[in-house]
Amino acid sequence: MMPERVLNAVVLAGLLAVPLWALVVDEPFTITLATRAVIFALAAVGLNIALGFGGLVSLGHAVFFGLGGYAMGILAHHAQTFTPLAEWPFLIEGTKSMPVIWLVAMLTSGVAALLIGLLSLRTTGVYFIMITLAFGQMFYYFAISWAAYGGEDGLSIYVRNDFPGLNTLVPIQFFGLCFALLCVALLFTALLARSPFGLALNAARQVPARVETVGLDPLRLKLVAFVISGVITGLAGALFADLNRFVSPTMFSWQMSGEIIIFIILGGTARLFGPVVGAVLFVTLEHFLGGLSDYWHIYLGALLLLIVLFARGGVIGLLAGRARLHD
Amino acid sequence: MSTILIIEQVLNGLQFGVMLFLMAAGLTLIFGVMGLINLAHGSLYMVGAFAAAAVAGLTGSFLLALVAAMAAAAMAGMLIETVVIRRLYATDHLDQVLATFALILIFSEGTRWIFGSFPLFLDIPDALSGPVTLPGGIEYPFYRLVLIGVGLAVAAGLTLLINRTRIGIQIRAGENDREMIAALGVDISRLYTLVFALGAALAGLAGALVGAIQSVQVGMGEPVLILAFVVIVIGGIGSIKGALVGALLVGLTDTLGGIFLPELFKLFMAPATASSAGSALASMAIYILMGVVLIWRPTGLYGARA
Amino acid sequence: MTDAVLATHGLTKSFGALMATDSVSLDLRAGEIHAVIGPNGAGKSTLISQICGGLVPDAGRVDLLGHDVTMLPARLRAQQGLARTFQISALAMEDSVLQNVMLGALGASRRPWSFLRPVLGQRDLRDTAEHALERVGLADVAATRTAELSHGQRRQLEVAVALTLNPKAFVMDEPMAGLGAEGSKRLTEFLDGLRAQAPILLVEHDMDAVFALADRISVLVYGRVIETGTVAEIRASQAVRDAYLGDPA
Repeated sequence: MMPERVLNAVVLAGLLAVPLWALVVDEPFTITLATRAVIFALAAVGLNIALGFGGLVSLGHAVFFGLGGYAMGILAHHAQTFTPLAEWPFLIEGTKSMPVIWLVAMLTSGVAALLIGLLSLRTTGVYFIMITLAFGQMFYYFAISWAAYGGEDGLSIYVRNDFPGLNTLVPIQFFGLCFALLCVALLFTALLARSPFGLALNAARQVPARVETVGLDPLRLKLVAFVISGVITGLAGALFADLNRFVSPTMFSWQMSGEIIIFIILGGTARLFGPVVGAVLFVTLEHFLGGLSDYWHIYLGALLLLIVLFARGGVIGLLAGRARLHD
Repeated sequence: MSTILIIEQVLNGLQFGVMLFLMAAGLTLIFGVMGLINLAHGSLYMVGAFAAAAVAGLTGSFLLALVAAMAAAAMAGMLIETVVIRRLYATDHLDQVLATFALILIFSEGTRWIFGSFPLFLDIPDALSGPVTLPGGIEYPFYRLVLIGVGLAVAAGLTLLINRTRIGIQIRAGENDREMIAALGVDISRLYTLVFALGAALAGLAGALVGAIQSVQVGMGEPVLILAFVVIVIGGIGSIKGALVGALLVGLTDTLGGIFLPELFKLFMAPATASSAGSALASMAIYILMGVVLIWRPTGLYGARA
Repeated sequence: MTDAVLATHGLTKSFGALMATDSVSLDLRAGEIHAVIGPNGAGKSTLISQICGGLVPDAGRVDLLGHDVTMLPARLRAQQGLARTFQISALAMEDSVLQNVMLGALGASRRPWSFLRPVLGQRDLRDTAEHALERVGLADVAATRTAELSHGQRRQLEVAVALTLNPKAFVMDEPMAGLGAEGSKRLTEFLDGLRAQAPILLVEHDMDAVFALADRISVLVYGRVIETGTVAEIRASQAVRDAYLGDPA
């Protein structure tokens, strides 16, 4: 049993050390794997704000992952084919600049989260879960039928997008970029948890009636949490598309939504590093177990079942015990 | 746009709807009585389809295949109910979602391991194949009419069960107050297992019946599952009537939307854009319907008012 | 006629054929404790919900400080100065005692939209919270997880949260519920001193506390107020005895 802070530090150090080691021994694939884990972790950090802090079981968070991915795909596609995105009412060109793409991805996801949230948060419990799932499906089928951007086959982006000052094609540099973004997101989440908003949101999850009687609006709190959560997951989607240089409707699928939740549960819900531990564990299992057997999802399912039934706090819960109260 | 086409599509929509109803009825009962969200329902649908295909392949009898489908699904249902689901009744929705999602993974990969990745085929029996001439000179596949009939018969049977039998009373009472019926001496465990098995059998039946007109493959259950959720959200959780109305609405919206929306768009758009825009919108039509219903009635058409 | 801090006029609410609240008119004046008593099923909870904002009445009006708040949601009534405690403690069990009271202070300050600065570092909120804890006697368990508190301590915490709102009126739903003799005595003394800060509409079953504290008592039976009066008047009333108190003490 080790203190959570120590565990977090170890995880973070390990997450940095492994790709650095891979750089030294010239194993670029390991760096790619680490980048995949970091991006999944970012997607899950986003969801955790809605799920862990806000108690919103969103089974459709892949919507934002996909929107971020397609924001990148569409912008880069137009840039690489030298065709404008739109000519009326004003000229919009594509772009291969990551900062611009990220901004668009986050804005799109944020707006979508606002709209979806406004509709979905009118409901609670089971209805909410099912609506978010349904929205995911809606976007999935829409992406499949949108032939202009590949439809079911998806869209390939030939060259990774640009970031000023870096050569993003070099695996370790792209990893570093993603890792930095993850660290920023983790820092933001940590601050959020201790902030007034965090306190109010946490209470809204546990006792919404009480929150009302102190004069706050639990729905508005949850909506804001949902939007923030969508924005972060959207950014992860854009990065994921860049990692694979490919975007397809599966980014919107219910399987993807399920996987993002799995990252959080494996690691530990509402724990700061829960998403990170879970994503790392998942990618590791995917790589090693997947190499052993085509049917490794059975083991993932069994593991998930065991954790849900017997180890509710996830890996962090097992290693670090119950969450400490803040002060 | 001929009348014949429209009537055909309406019938298709009804057929799609009643099959959705079979799934939705089970889901809504399970949630209404046990308060449990069961994502593994799609897997039970798949188990039914695979059992039917296997038995039909072995014996050549479609009837046996249907029986096998319901039996296999019911047994799979009882198995997971006793081993996994039982531990979830007292937990929160997130735990139920995760555990049943884990079951999906296990069932899907397990099925793929046993049967391989290629789809199996289940043939419509000769006795039921071929078109029938309906009043008005319309030719429509007999099998699909049979499906509509089966679906409506199940709806009638369920309504009878719920409203006229002892079990039905227990189910209705359980939906209202779980603790009370336990206190009154009803064997809750047995009731739950029974309801779960019933829902599973219906799902298996749907899987087998639909498997004959589509293909039997891993992952066939989940899209239907999600639609079934949309149905019970629209219809109101816990209500069989809601499940039927919701299912028919969804079935008709999806089928007719796919026909009419592109046509509508062609009125003011170029044909090519109209087709793609129309079908894109049609694929979202069900969810738009769900959104509209929920704005008007956040707990569904026949759900308990908050 | 003193202006009432909180008043209901002809409040009516039915659920189907059941008339849960039957034209209830009562008021809460400054500096008083007005107790509402009645047998189980009399409709006390329904009445509280309509006063505090959880339920919309079929007819009638609720006034807070002279303003019609009948249609206002609970949180706006809280912002206008109404503090309520729940019959079944509504507390964030996973959080610490301090965090629960801070929630009240945060609500009163109306500043939840701060995302980056630590809430426990906001001096003014923290002072309000800690002061409230001191007043109810929970200061030494401030860092304890709420789930670990005893039932009595949770009832005290309920009151503490209400204090942080610095309200114009308290509505307390059976605050003595589940407290032993010692706890009830302490809470009774506390509420006695509290009425000077803001008047209290007190729904209670504990007759000792009611007779010790109440300036006025309203008796609710089958949704109707059958009598309102001082302790002596209610004790002497035949109607009340028949309906509620049984044989004379």
